[in-house]
Amino acid sequence: MRKIPDNDDVRLTAGRALILGMALALTLGLAAVALTFPEDQPRLAQIALQRVPESGVNNPVTAVLLNFRGYDTLLEVAVLFLAIIGIWSMARTARVWIKRPDTPILGAFVRFVVPLMAIVAGYLLWLGADEPGGAFQGGAVLGGMVILWIAAAVWLPKRDGRALLRPLLAIGLAAFLLAATWMLLVRGNFFEYPPEQAKDLILLIEGAAMLSIGATLALLFVGGAPEEEEIG
Amino acid sequence: MIGSAMLYALSGVVLFGMGIYALLAYPNLLRKVLGMNVMGAGVFMVLIASAYRGGDAPPDPVPHALVITGIVVAVCATGLALTLATRIHAITGAAQLTADEEDSA
Amino acid sequence: MTLQLAFDIVLIVTVVVCAWAALTTPDLLRAIVLFIAFGLLLAFVWVRLQAPDVALAEAAVGSGLTGALLLSTLSAMRRRAAQAGVEASDEAQVAESEQEAAIAQDT
Repeated sequence: MRKIPDNDDVRLTAGRALILGMALALTLGLAAVALTFPEDQPRLAQIALQRVPESGVNNPVTAVLLNFRGYDTLLEVAVLFLAIIGIWSMARTARVWIKRPDTPILGAFVRFVVPLMAIVAGYLLWLGADEPGGAFQGGAVLGGMVILWIAAAVWLPKRDGRALLRPLLAIGLAAFLLAATWMLLVRGNFFEYPPEQAKDLILLIEGAAMLSIGATLALLFVGGAPEEEEIG
Repeated sequence: MIGSAMLYALSGVVLFGMGIYALLAYPNLLRKVLGMNVMGAGVFMVLIASAYRGGDAPPDPVPHALVITGIVVAVCATGLALTLATRIHAITGAAQLTADEEDSA
Repeated sequence: MTLQLAFDIVLIVTVVVCAWAALTTPDLLRAIVLFIAFGLLLAFVWVRLQAPDVALAEAAVGSGLTGALLLSTLSAMRRRAAQAGVEASDEAQVAESEQEAAIAQDT
């Protein structure tokens, strides 16, 4: 087996100089194109901003994400799901090395910070309707919380926890699809929200998506399928 | 695009060029992943700069939504790519793709 | 030159230099740490361009989580390489002692 070198060879060889030249040419070409972008606002932006009050939320980005371009967000949640399936089918063992830390500071810090992060995640989710925030931001904080918990050697997902783990991962996509199908049945169009139920539907989808996103991001960090036995 | 955001669009293009150089020039897989992420950051910068409207006007929300989606998808792609890199390293012992077959353990 | 333009120029130069350093420094650990710093500076850029939702997502997911993934992969690779180095030297020792035993038997 070859050892990986600790320091890579990053000298500018002839081949790399050629690639650098090509990258430079590409940059200049793209910069020339970027300079020709028009100044006036595209019509889509004006329509989107005008119809935000009808969408059920007040934050225009959340309205676009969950209502106007809801199909794109559905596909994004599906991509998150597929990433976990891909990782679990490729790597049978976790990539992270769990051992008890030498100092008690990490454990104390984690026990202090994890409940705070849970509250912040829920708050960001709730806030996303009116201010910057939303499901992705809350899910990211949730995922970070779980990663901190793992890194402080408190816990690694194990195989017999899969009864809880798999529903957590699937609930975002499931809620999204169910809501979209509900809209199909009620209004006749995929992703056409009935106006008086829009806020509730968006909150439901965002809540489920937040749980899924948090679980998925944490499992991306673990980097492998859940193990049978205790690690470390 | 508004003149005050044009500087950010150009810097996004520069980041894209640097990222594609790192992706193509270095054999180490982790560097390729870094290059891909910097390329993505450049693209996001161009998108958000095109959505900027100036001091008081509300920015265009559609590119913001696209970039949030893009960030999450980029993280998933990075996670998958790093798992692939870990598997390659476990099987061949090298953190880069090797051309000859007899290097496999 | 207004204050805002000066701030923009300083921020952009810092972002570009940080990205170039992250991509071309020989030590991989240093490269990943610089990349995390680049991600946080990018969150700053999003705030400047009036995109607070993107800034929240970038600071948490874009730089923090991607940096954590890269660091965990790097440490897993180095740990496996170190173990392989130990095993290889163990095998070399075993092979050496077998050779010595064979030579001792012949003589």
